[in-house]
Amino acid sequence: MSESMTLGESLRRRGISRRSFLKYCATMTSLMALSPAMGPVVAATLERIRRPSVIWLSFQECTGCTESLTRSHNPSLEGLIFDFLSLDYHHTLQAASGEAAEQAREEAMRENAGKYLVVVDGSVPLANKGYSTIAGKSNLDILQETLTGAAAVVAVGTCAAFGGLPKAKPNPTGAVAIADIVKDKPIINIPGCPPVPVVITGTLAHYLVFGRLPEMDQYRRPKAFFGTSIHDRCYRRPFYDKGLFAESFDDEGARKGWCLYQLGCKGPMTYNACAVLKWNDGTSWPVESGHGCLGCSEPEFWDAGGFYRELSVPIGQSTRTTAYAAVAGLVVGGAVGFMARTHRDTAKRAHEPVSVDQLEQKL
Amino acid sequence: MKDPMAFLLWVKGPAFDLALAVFIIGILLRILEILLPGRAPNYAEPRGGEWGPGFRTIVSRSMADSGTFQRAAFNVIVGYIWHLGFLISLLLFVPHIAVFASLSGMSWPGLPNPVIDGVTVITLGALLGMLVHRLRHPVMRFLSTFEDYLTWGVVFAVVFSGYLAYHRIINPYPLALGLHLLMVEVMLILFPFTKLMHAITFLFSRWYTGAIAGRKGVES
Amino acid sequence: MNELSFERGLNAWRAEIDAPVAAFFSSCVHCGICATACPFYVETGDPRYTPIHKLEPLRLLWEQEFTLWGRIKHALGLSPQITDEMLAKWEKLLYDSCTMCGRCSMVCPLGIDVAYMVRKAREGMVASGHAPEGLINASLRAVRIGSPMGLKFKTLQVQIQHVEKHTGLKIPVDQVGAEYLVLLSSMEIINFPEYLGAITRIFDQVGITWTLSSEAYEATNAGVQIGSSDIARQLVERVVKIAEKLGVKNVISPECGHAYTAIRWEGPNLIGRPYPFRVFHVIELIDQWRASGKLKTEGKESDRLTMHDPCNLARKSGVIQQQRQLMDLVAENFVDLKEHGRLQWCCGAGGGVSSNERAEELKMTAFKRKKAQIEEVSPERIVTMCATCRTQLEEGLEHYNMEIPVVGLTELIAEHLASKG
Repeated sequence: MSESMTLGESLRRRGISRRSFLKYCATMTSLMALSPAMGPVVAATLERIRRPSVIWLSFQECTGCTESLTRSHNPSLEGLIFDFLSLDYHHTLQAASGEAAEQAREEAMRENAGKYLVVVDGSVPLANKGYSTIAGKSNLDILQETLTGAAAVVAVGTCAAFGGLPKAKPNPTGAVAIADIVKDKPIINIPGCPPVPVVITGTLAHYLVFGRLPEMDQYRRPKAFFGTSIHDRCYRRPFYDKGLFAESFDDEGARKGWCLYQLGCKGPMTYNACAVLKWNDGTSWPVESGHGCLGCSEPEFWDAGGFYRELSVPIGQSTRTTAYAAVAGLVVGGAVGFMARTHRDTAKRAHEPVSVDQLEQKL
Repeated sequence: MKDPMAFLLWVKGPAFDLALAVFIIGILLRILEILLPGRAPNYAEPRGGEWGPGFRTIVSRSMADSGTFQRAAFNVIVGYIWHLGFLISLLLFVPHIAVFASLSGMSWPGLPNPVIDGVTVITLGALLGMLVHRLRHPVMRFLSTFEDYLTWGVVFAVVFSGYLAYHRIINPYPLALGLHLLMVEVMLILFPFTKLMHAITFLFSRWYTGAIAGRKGVES
Repeated sequence: MNELSFERGLNAWRAEIDAPVAAFFSSCVHCGICATACPFYVETGDPRYTPIHKLEPLRLLWEQEFTLWGRIKHALGLSPQITDEMLAKWEKLLYDSCTMCGRCSMVCPLGIDVAYMVRKAREGMVASGHAPEGLINASLRAVRIGSPMGLKFKTLQVQIQHVEKHTGLKIPVDQVGAEYLVLLSSMEIINFPEYLGAITRIFDQVGITWTLSSEAYEATNAGVQIGSSDIARQLVERVVKIAEKLGVKNVISPECGHAYTAIRWEGPNLIGRPYPFRVFHVIELIDQWRASGKLKTEGKESDRLTMHDPCNLARKSGVIQQQRQLMDLVAENFVDLKEHGRLQWCCGAGGGVSSNERAEELKMTAFKRKKAQIEEVSPERIVTMCATCRTQLEEGLEHYNMEIPVVGLTELIAEHLASKG
């Protein structure tokens, strides 16, 4: 429930020190790739604003995105965002349930019409609206209903951003990305399976400070966090460049921390901040713990050819194609070759001998 | 581009299957078109064999005799540089070896990436040199047709797009890699219907020449 | 169908397509290296003389009628129509600027046997009526008279009597049961009559039974030069018939290039069966006797000698070592041309070019390549084993004001036959 007091007042009420607040603002500033001079601006703005209402809709999702954001051992920077926002509806985090929860959502929508943020995780099924419902209402209906007074939409996680796992072949539920449905509201995608927690909070913080969504790439991802590839920031890159690759998960190369390209790492095609920000407060990230990047912040990553096959390998049906093509080639080639042979033999039989008398006519 | 990842997945997926199919069907078609007309029986008393000389010529024809070498030095030297460079970058670059392994089950060690990078640059230079030569040498200019320039362009595009992708000069990477694979697929599709087939048919033409000469007792 | 026609020409080409032709045309990458091996291109700089280009109409026919993709291209109008005009245009390329020497076939990096295909291309040219006048006349005379130069047996008889008188030896004619049937070339009989005397004396020393034939004395084959298997067959059959009638074991081809190719390699395929006799070039034969010790020589030439290998004998038939082994017998100062044997340069006159008056000037220009080879070595005399090559060498050297005598190898051997007793 939103309040009339400012964010600064609200924080002080909860016992969050000024020092923590400023540290948070400084961190957010650098994370958003803003110049350090912007730090005080961020702080001043956040101090003044009223906590915006956030309605978090969860559709065909695994709750991993929420887990990522909230899984912290001690109060973390990530978790602070919940102090900056008024999270008025969230299946996992809210205290209310059932009718009361739905009423809370409707009330927040009424009270903050035109100004609330809609955060979505999970994809929406279109093949049959009944595949995913909450309180009897389909995901699609809830989304469209909730959109009416939204200021902006934040699609958190690859499912919401691109369709994610439910959309993987054969996509039995007809799952689509949120951006496929939302056409007339500002929308931003924060993909990842799950997204790096501080990427979510940094993006939300940007919105809080500037009142608009940050600069996005062609997939509507914030460029600040998705502008460089894993490959370009990977600490194992020198091994790639030297051509030193681990070939199995426990061989010498693996133990020496060599590049994981041959074990299917999709780092070169993946744009995310994992290599820099890492996970669990900078503890580690997939490559550092010896597993190739899955490319989880990219569209269709589940159908991109397999997590353990190299990025360069074709992902279709090469073996079947080769077999059928070989048969077809032999049949067609055999026929055409035989026709050529016959054409020649016919001409041979049709040959009328040249005689000197005939030659003489040409003189 | 609106959806680089979809482009990459299409190029790596159905487009590759299509190109592979055309490539295989086309090559088998061309080979059978060549072999099935056969040879007329030869009743002249042979002076030598056919099989040995035929296979020997497949190898020996790779070396120009010294007189011809002097008269066509640029052609021979630069021709070899770009062919060898192309083959080295194709066969000894780890991501490429992965593709061959996925198609054939066979794998082999590669060269370090920076070595391949250097070889690629040399290959591109040699290719450009060959183009200039083709445009300037009276015989090559006279003989050359649209197909000669088209095949040059396709081969150059394959190597160049690979270079651009490796160095991430085109962004985002799915677009760069997708373009490289697309160029490869264009080459695979054009291969059986152009002079690119010589990469396979040279085995037959050299063998036949060696056999014809060998039967007459001539080293060829 | 009595007249030669464009349609008969195309049909002749269709009949010539085989797997090697298809492999060759599939493999050409337009590298132009074949041109560097052709004396006609090298001495004129005219790219139209590029060997593979001489075959373009044949290649078009193969592509448009024997390949699926070629048929599609042609149907879409992407491939030019082969016309009689095109064939007329190509006549000079295939006859005036090509001797079928095969050097291009030797250097092509793809292993394309261009000369093999030029021989086939000429089949279509003849059948469509696009062959040079000189070769047509040579064919007429060869078939009707028995010699491309119109030489009749009675003229040869005069030669025979002259040699018999001069050597005191008998020259057998129409001898049944002789071991060797010996053929002659009109060019030799007319221009280099010392050849007949030379072989008479050599055969006498070695002690073989041999014979000429009054009905089949001519070795040369205008049919092979003009490129008509039908005509070539008529000429070969004449020899085969006599050889079988006389029951000889071997047929000997004289100092000529294409005559050997015609009877040794093409002949059996023209008649569709293996011979019941063997065929040798006279040089092969004499070298066999050197190797077995039957040939006895004495003395050696002391002047600086070099050798011109006839293309049909060396590169196209593998007779390369034999002439050199014989030279070692009779020459103490022999030096090979730099590119000799299988890579030797054509004199420019073979394959019918010397019978083609229209090609005279071009032939002399092409000879400059040979001339350069000779100048590199600065010989006092040149030895060769083909009457056409010999004539071209003599005329060419005279044309360029070089005084280097040319001599036949058989004649040279005969001059050094060890005296009896």
